[in-house]
Amino acid sequence: MRQHRDDVNRSDQDCPSEHSGRRYYLPAGLPAPAADGPAAEFWAAARRHELVVQRCPRCRTWQWGPEHICHHCHSFDLTYERVSPRGTVYSWERSWYSVHPALQQAVPYLTVLVELPQAGGVRMVGNLLGDPLQMVGIGAEVEAVFEDHHDADPPFTLVQWRMLDQPL
Amino acid sequence: MKGTCVTTDRTLRGRTAVVGIGQTRYYKRGASPDPEFKMVLEAILLACRDAGIGVEEIDGFTSFSNDRNDPPRIAAALGLPELRHSTMVWGGGGGGGSGAVANAAAAVAAGLAETVVVFRGLAQGQFRRYGQGVRTGRAAGAEAFTAPYGVLSPAQGFAMRVRRFMWQHDITQNALRAVALTSYAHAQRNPRAVMYGRPLTAVAYDASRWIVEPFHLYDCCLENDGAAAVIVTSAERARRTRQKPAYILAALQGSGYRQAATAHNAPDYATSNFKALAPRLYAAAGVGPADVDVLQCYENFTGGVMMSIVEHGFCRPDEVNEFFTPENFSFEGGNLPLNTSGGNLAECYMHGLGLIIEAVRQVRGTSCCQVPGAKVSMVVSGPMVQPVSSSIYCAEPTP
Ligand SMILES: [Zn+2]
Repeated sequence: MRQHRDDVNRSDQDCPSEHSGRRYYLPAGLPAPAADGPAAEFWAAARRHELVVQRCPRCRTWQWGPEHICHHCHSFDLTYERVSPRGTVYSWERSWYSVHPALQQAVPYLTVLVELPQAGGVRMVGNLLGDPLQMVGIGAEVEAVFEDHHDADPPFTLVQWRMLDQPL
Repeated sequence: MKGTCVTTDRTLRGRTAVVGIGQTRYYKRGASPDPEFKMVLEAILLACRDAGIGVEEIDGFTSFSNDRNDPPRIAAALGLPELRHSTMVWGGGGGGGSGAVANAAAAVAAGLAETVVVFRGLAQGQFRRYGQGVRTGRAAGAEAFTAPYGVLSPAQGFAMRVRRFMWQHDITQNALRAVALTSYAHAQRNPRAVMYGRPLTAVAYDASRWIVEPFHLYDCCLENDGAAAVIVTSAERARRTRQKPAYILAALQGSGYRQAATAHNAPDYATSNFKALAPRLYAAAGVGPADVDVLQCYENFTGGVMMSIVEHGFCRPDEVNEFFTPENFSFEGGNLPLNTSGGNLAECYMHGLGLIIEAVRQVRGTSCCQVPGAKVSMVVSGPMVQPVSSSIYCAEPTP
């Protein structure tokens, strides 16, 4: 088992631009995440290439997406906890029809729903890097890849995913 | 999460009925020559005429899906003497369709109003299209966790729920195809249907392009312009109107535990969101799935129909591959006649109010695809959204 920090470094090396020939998995021009409200800390952590999930310090419940209140004990004092950037594919979809001008040349593309067992089984939506026509197995292990959009204003970082058992 | 029991003496069973139905001509998206508000007024007048009720007798309105046409304006435009009731079911899509019927029935049963119109107007050509994604530069709130990843349209929002359900139960694409073929087959007998005269074959379905796997083009609802309305009044009054009443045995809305959790985090994910509601519905109506003669099930996407039919107890998840055939869903001898007007896929996408109208026609015996002797007629509104709703209609006030 690799150390946490090693995973993050490896993700850095395997940035999407090196394997796909395009800068980002999906082209620029899609809506950028508004890094405010209870989600601000998540997006700030993504800029540092860290994966964090909301957690209630009082009852230890994990929670995602971010809320103002713990759905279990109703505490308003929620914090974020760093988690290993690993998960399993819970479901997936392959989009063939462009629903946004920025996506005209980007179809087909893969979206995965990734379950994080180490964070109470919360799930995150992201793109699955690599061949958009690849077979996707539910239950397959994936690792986070932090996709920096440095040139955006303001800059942001998306959390993408890659199969662990497949070379990119 | 344990549900409380709805006691019999507090149900709506048989206390109200649908006595009038009205629908404008259905147009392809953007093709309506009339503004949405005008179409709503037209649908209401048609429903009154159908019922043999004077327009001035209307004293309440209910709607859903944040309908843009607000009741005080409608009442003013129609010159109604007094508006006594108006309610909106929150939530998008068609999830509130049967919920709006529930609000109308509850208002009448509780004496808040006498004659309530349930309506929906849609002119997608005049406003934002549902099938297109958000276009803003910044994705705020829950959308920040989906839109930047290219998950922007309703189809993309639901595909992963359906994919997970199909994976869990080894369900093949043929199950979804059966739902699409059924709607198109029934639409060929319905001159009002947008897809009338445009039949669909299994070969054409298989060859059609993907929108987002597991949805082909024909798994997705239409986008249309039009308006529809139904009139709800008391059972006593219903007996004195022109049409055979469709008594409302039950109409309920709701949502399961944290189903609206954002970023695809509903704890129970691969669901149409009817697991909590369906038992309440049957208990309130005093019937079970075996008593239902004909079903209108909202097809935003065929996968939602699949999970809804399972969650309303018509078949088990491991029976879907066998149960989902066009023959089994046919009005001619099928075990569960389904979407007999062509539904949202092939008649018109009126956010499911067309399905409620068709359920009433089945009770009256006037459907283009009439199920012989249909007595108990059911509607499932808006699977996979929050809230969802269902309703059951009957030729008699008690089943
Ligand atoms: Zn808590």
